[in-house]
Amino acid sequence: MIRMLPRLIPRGLSAAVLCGALLAVSLPAAAQEAFKIGLILPLTGPSQSTGKQINAAVKLFMSVNGDMVAGRKVEVILRDDAGVADTTRRVAQELVVKDHVAVLAGFGLTPLALSVAPIATQAKVPMVVMAAATSVITEKSPFIVRTSQTLPQVSSTMGTWAAGQNIRKVVTLVADYGPGLDAEAWFNKAFKAAGGEVLDSLRVPLANPDFAPFLQRVVDTRPDAVFVFTPSGFGAVFIKQFIERGLDKTGIKLIGTGDVTDDDQLNDMGDVTLGVVTAGPYSASHASPENKAFVSAFKAANAGMRPNFMAVFGYDGMQVIYDAIKKTGGKGDGAALVAVMQGAAWESPRGPVAIDPATRDIVQDVYIRKVARVGGELFNEEFATMKQVRDPAHGATP
Amino acid sequence: MLTNLFDGVAYGMLLFVMACGLSVTLGLMNLINLAHGAFAMAGGYVTVILVNRLGVPFFAALPLAFVASALIGLALERTLYVHVYRKSHLEQVLFSIGLVFMAMSGVTYTLGSQQVFVHLPAFLSQRFDVFGVSVGAYRLFIIVVCGVLAAALQFAVARTRFGSRLRAAVDDPVVARGLGINVNLVFAVTFAVGSGLAGLGGALGAELLGLDPSFPVKFMVYFLIVVAVGGSAGMTGPLVAALLLGVADVSGKYYLPQFGAFIIYVLMIVVLLWRPQGLFGRAAR
Amino acid sequence: MSAREQNIAAASQALAETSRVKPAEIVFWLAALASFFLLPEQHLLLSEVLITGLFALSLDLVLGYGGIVSLGHAAFFGFGCYAAGLATKHGVTDPLLGLALVAVLTGALGFATSFLVLRGSDLTRIMVTLSVGVLMGELANRMAWLTGGADGLQGVAPGLLLGRFEFDIFGQVAYAYTLCVAFVLFVLARRFVHSPFGWSVRAVKENALRTSAIGIPVNRRLVVVYTLAAAYAGIAGGLLTQTTQFASLDLFSFHRSADLLLILIIGGTGYLYGGLIGALVFKLIQDAIANVTPQYWEFWIGLLLVSFVLIGRERIVGLPGLVWRRLRGRA
Repeated sequence: MIRMLPRLIPRGLSAAVLCGALLAVSLPAAAQEAFKIGLILPLTGPSQSTGKQINAAVKLFMSVNGDMVAGRKVEVILRDDAGVADTTRRVAQELVVKDHVAVLAGFGLTPLALSVAPIATQAKVPMVVMAAATSVITEKSPFIVRTSQTLPQVSSTMGTWAAGQNIRKVVTLVADYGPGLDAEAWFNKAFKAAGGEVLDSLRVPLANPDFAPFLQRVVDTRPDAVFVFTPSGFGAVFIKQFIERGLDKTGIKLIGTGDVTDDDQLNDMGDVTLGVVTAGPYSASHASPENKAFVSAFKAANAGMRPNFMAVFGYDGMQVIYDAIKKTGGKGDGAALVAVMQGAAWESPRGPVAIDPATRDIVQDVYIRKVARVGGELFNEEFATMKQVRDPAHGATP
Repeated sequence: MLTNLFDGVAYGMLLFVMACGLSVTLGLMNLINLAHGAFAMAGGYVTVILVNRLGVPFFAALPLAFVASALIGLALERTLYVHVYRKSHLEQVLFSIGLVFMAMSGVTYTLGSQQVFVHLPAFLSQRFDVFGVSVGAYRLFIIVVCGVLAAALQFAVARTRFGSRLRAAVDDPVVARGLGINVNLVFAVTFAVGSGLAGLGGALGAELLGLDPSFPVKFMVYFLIVVAVGGSAGMTGPLVAALLLGVADVSGKYYLPQFGAFIIYVLMIVVLLWRPQGLFGRAAR
Repeated sequence: MSAREQNIAAASQALAETSRVKPAEIVFWLAALASFFLLPEQHLLLSEVLITGLFALSLDLVLGYGGIVSLGHAAFFGFGCYAAGLATKHGVTDPLLGLALVAVLTGALGFATSFLVLRGSDLTRIMVTLSVGVLMGELANRMAWLTGGADGLQGVAPGLLLGRFEFDIFGQVAYAYTLCVAFVLFVLARRFVHSPFGWSVRAVKENALRTSAIGIPVNRRLVVVYTLAAAYAGIAGGLLTQTTQFASLDLFSFHRSADLLLILIIGGTGYLYGGLIGALVFKLIQDAIANVTPQYWEFWIGLLLVSFVLIGRERIVGLPGLVWRRLRGRA
């Protein structure tokens, strides 16, 4: 066996090259087969609520809008990546190579989206990001289009707004990973630019659910407010401990991004969330006919589950894809699809949104909301709006 | 400073109640049970369902959580665990990891993956000053409950007839059997009580630590640290280890937030290198 | 020939017998080679299977031969991943050179941490290996300036393999490369475990006290096998990074070490093929279950683990054969 080895290696490799060449020639798929969308979501693991919401929204979109667009049948291939980046990458590669998908979509977390970016570039397949929110993602491939939000977008909005509300001194407290650092940097920048002072910036490890020691530091620093970003799911523990530590009684205000008061979990979190002010692009109580129809249809199709921001991001992702198929007459290749996605504008359940032609990132209204009890349920009630916010981070440093 | 110490003690007490059953089962049957956290999770979810959905008062739900977890523990011990005592440690590890996976997806399937909370009675979410130290009512409540439990356990192990049988069985099961002690029964009871205590701990901790289906894996390491560092000789070792862990974890995060996550692990490796049988352990059988 | 000499001759012949290449082994590797030509659509999956198999093989060295229960073997795998990625990013673009570097570095890490697992009971070892795994993961998270933190290591672009072949999107080159590396490493591992040194490691596992009584330095044997296994795990990690051009913190997670144990139990320990076969079966099961119930496949994996322990591996693995014999007997 060992002696065979030197002969095996060159043969294997030349065969590999041959196979590769053959496949590359046979790749361009027949034009009139179904338009396939590879939807990669975390359906298991810690981020599964994101996957559940987006999946439900995608199904809803297709049942509302049908599966025939510009004469082509649209087919969604759903795959689970469990929130593990190298699985996302392998699944994406398989979808492109084996299933010949025309568009990749989903991507629940920043690392998952980043791991696929090179594939989108290499295979020239548009990649619609429906959740991941670190600013830098869209810069990693010219084929990435984002319909979710970016953390600089919401946190800098919050920074500017807070500075105008008699909040002078702030402590920031963020989950210690990419999106958290984005939120911290851009909140601080906007807040300082508007004349505020950041006393301390705390970073909580994602794996540590006990916020007590960090909150104690907040108490000892005595700020006017604490700005917080935690990924959806951790916010509840934080707010509980915030109240339990009596920080609300000492007059320290709690402000944050919309992830903290996730619509999906708000009712379970209970009355402790009352009065928490957050900045975010979507609330289930957004007052528009589009949203009313969306929420009631979503609830009807999903046993009463309330849609959260992730659901809307996924819904809009499908909107962008359908729109692009229509505009290209069902015949466009990857580059053509991305070209028409840039500059797309439509009325979403969250309000008017557009895709920035320069950065392929979402431009949207960011709302300042306060948790309140309406008709027996807790909602993020919108009370101020920043119109058409772009991601401030593209081409800039915090 | 004192507030931190207080928080750390509350956290440590909680860990002790959740982990003490594990230390006994390890000492008694030489069983490595990574699924112990699943019983804590069971207790937590029982409380959540009772309090939030059925409107049972919080204080009535706590003993029920204990009983429910103890019954689940007893049932699993009699049907499944009893078959793995004689197996190798590796097989025990695999078996209990399997149980953890099943428990996690079972809960996800029936109750969903989102984090849940217990609706506490209002007076437990108060906060007051004791000699200038700011103290949370719920944490104080935890310290009192767990402290009483620890004392009761210590008494039960050291002073009662059952306790002396238990100690005899831990010291040498073969001789204990020869003396007419029904070691299997002792173990079944201990396992059930240990699971019940874990469930009670889970019920108490759901509010503080957050409860979701990944709970057993998230806290598995913490339980194992308590047992490994504390040794499995009695109640004192795990108690001291749990308190140390709680205080070290909380103050580590307060004073050195950059290194918070490192401290406990480094501490544990050092302790285990220095004394492989734990701080209060004795030589391996 | 004296009786003693005869005994020795018989013993060495018996040992040589076990190390002879069996027909089944040749079939196994021919099948692996054939998969390259016959299953071009499956190359991505097969590469992953092979890398996981190699990783499992390295745990087999520790567990099946050294007898050390480790729950933190992913530490070396993850370290290898990041080492390969960083080496590529910082100038060492040649894949083979990168792998060699990774092997040395991970081996050094394995050597350094091997002293932690020499003392104490199974529980102590489980705890220590688990903690080393968590610490490595936390370290990678903290050193975000180097590793990219939770965003993962981006922009890993390995150079041409052997100066000629580019890693393509279809995974052809990646699979050929992985197959060759895995084969070479397997042959080396096979030689190692059948050498006198390898036998002495097995003796340590069977009975450390007696082994030391006949003059074999127990601890030194364990250090060597642990170091070797770490290097293997590192190479497996390096292969993963080079072929996927990406590394993430998840590589260090507990889940990986646990899955790995399951793979090894499915495949069986102590004969080297266990890891490779187990990885293949595990992936097939995972894919099959995930297609039926994408959200709850973990449950079935758990059930599999529990039943493996309760019913016994031999009976489950032997079941198809048993059924076959029954059917044949009846007909």
